[in-house]
Amino acid sequence: MKLIVVSAGLSSPSATRLLADRLAAATLGHVDAELEVIELRDLATDIAQHFVTGFPSARLAAALDGVAAADGLITVTPVFAASYSGLFKSFFDVIDKDALTGKPVLLGATGGTARHSLVTEHAMRPLFTHLRALVLPTAVYAASEDWGEEGLAQRIARAGAELAHFLTPAARGTTPDVDTAAAIAPRSLTGAITSVDPQDGFDVVPFAQRLAALRV
Amino acid sequence: MQFGIFTVGDVTTDPTTGRTPTERERIKAMLAIALKAEEVGLDVFATGEHHNPPFVPSSPTTMLGYIAARTESLILSTSTTLITTNDPVKIAEDFAMLQHVADGRVDLMMGRGNTGPVYPWFGKDIRDGIDLAVENYALLRRLWDEDVVTWKGKFRTPLQSFTSTPRPLDGVAPFVWHGSIRSPEIAEQAAYYGDGFFHNNIFWPAAHTKQMVNLYRQRYAHYGHGTPEQAIVGLGGQVFMRKRSQDAVREFRPYFDNAPVYGHGPSLEEFTSQTPLTVGSPQEVIDRTLSFRDHVGDYQRQLFLMDHAGLPLKTVLEQLDLLGEEVVPVLRKEFANLRPAGVPDAPTHQARVAAAQETTKEGRTA
Repeated sequence: MKLIVVSAGLSSPSATRLLADRLAAATLGHVDAELEVIELRDLATDIAQHFVTGFPSARLAAALDGVAAADGLITVTPVFAASYSGLFKSFFDVIDKDALTGKPVLLGATGGTARHSLVTEHAMRPLFTHLRALVLPTAVYAASEDWGEEGLAQRIARAGAELAHFLTPAARGTTPDVDTAAAIAPRSLTGAITSVDPQDGFDVVPFAQRLAALRV
Repeated sequence: MQFGIFTVGDVTTDPTTGRTPTERERIKAMLAIALKAEEVGLDVFATGEHHNPPFVPSSPTTMLGYIAARTESLILSTSTTLITTNDPVKIAEDFAMLQHVADGRVDLMMGRGNTGPVYPWFGKDIRDGIDLAVENYALLRRLWDEDVVTWKGKFRTPLQSFTSTPRPLDGVAPFVWHGSIRSPEIAEQAAYYGDGFFHNNIFWPAAHTKQMVNLYRQRYAHYGHGTPEQAIVGLGGQVFMRKRSQDAVREFRPYFDNAPVYGHGPSLEEFTSQTPLTVGSPQEVIDRTLSFRDHVGDYQRQLFLMDHAGLPLKTVLEQLDLLGEEVVPVLRKEFANLRPAGVPDAPTHQARVAAAQETTKEGRTA
């Protein structure tokens, strides 16, 4: 089982990364999974170049493929101008539109004040709903003052338990519905091009079927 | 194997002088480039089709008709002809006409266009893009292959006992390539008909091109046209050369850095390592081009984009001299040596007519 953390923190050490690590630890307390952390700062130039060239560098492709193949995600962004950071959004702008379908995603955000607490709800949640992820009910926002307060630890623990619950195969329930199964099957080339092995990368509609569909 | 050039037909400011050619200058430059292609011994000239500035070639058969009259052996082609927004009846007639004018030196490449807005300009809906490509091409084939067509479809008025004129030269329609960058549906379409598949290749990493060509080859065999190795594959590529590699890099860098399609992103070095763009000596271009067959197998047509990024005509003509004198003769020899028996030659009108006669003869004896 693979758990991936996507952290958009920019400084080092970063409060965003700190929250991401705490969320990962809280999850791994309940479930045994291989953890990988993707620091978007390291991919910032690759992401910008993807916008210009239309294809990802090998390094970015590996990160995008990793996310697509993961069993669950923890995504954490700093709050910039009352929303997720541009870098955070840009990563999810270039990911394949089907990469997150049906995948449990835990949301986290950090900010200087508690006034932006709802950024996880009004900015992050709609983004991941659009990507058809399974967005977990508990999202964790940590303002500067929260790091010294009661409450943050409990929220982290609750969020981690939720993610762990949805990571376990039993909790994820029976076979996914047809659409979800199609979407999480080996990737098509309609979205971001990634380094997924070509041999099973295509799902071709036989041409006669396309012709037949048009006959009126 | 055929070697040639393809042009997008963009009007782009020369970043080193700030000068932008007029439409007339650009159109005349494209014609001069085509004539030069034959002069330096290339096999193919292909023009794009666009209906929006900064591009000029909206009427490919007008341009190719002029070039036909001024050349002897050059194959005239497109890169691409919009199968989605052009009426297939008009494509059938325009290109059959061009076949007669050019004594058969014609083929064409189907494409779906590079911009969404082109669809409504021609009364179409981009959401129908793939379906338009499928239906229009199915009709186009019938208009060429059958003398009298009665047809009904979703996207155009029905036809009753219609004969598109003139009929294809010698009863053999122009060879068709299907150009695609990222749509597996188009590779599937090319395979279904046993047509050629051209991967534009120029902005894409080799792994991606390989995926698409592999798919086409597998499906070509699936539809019984031959082995995967016998499928007809074309590739794009783009180069800038000088005798000395460092001169090429120095001269091309400002064009690369400012080009609408390359510029303001990765460095020239990063881009050349990730895509087929090669900036260097003729030998480097030879080595790079030969490496394409490692990804896609032995293929039939290599087209280079030479008049890009606002390069002035004089420079482009110098580039064509280098291409024709120092690169292509070596590539012809090397590719021929590497090619296993059984890999077909690039299609020409003469060969296709001969093959058609052979089939008829077999039919009679059987």
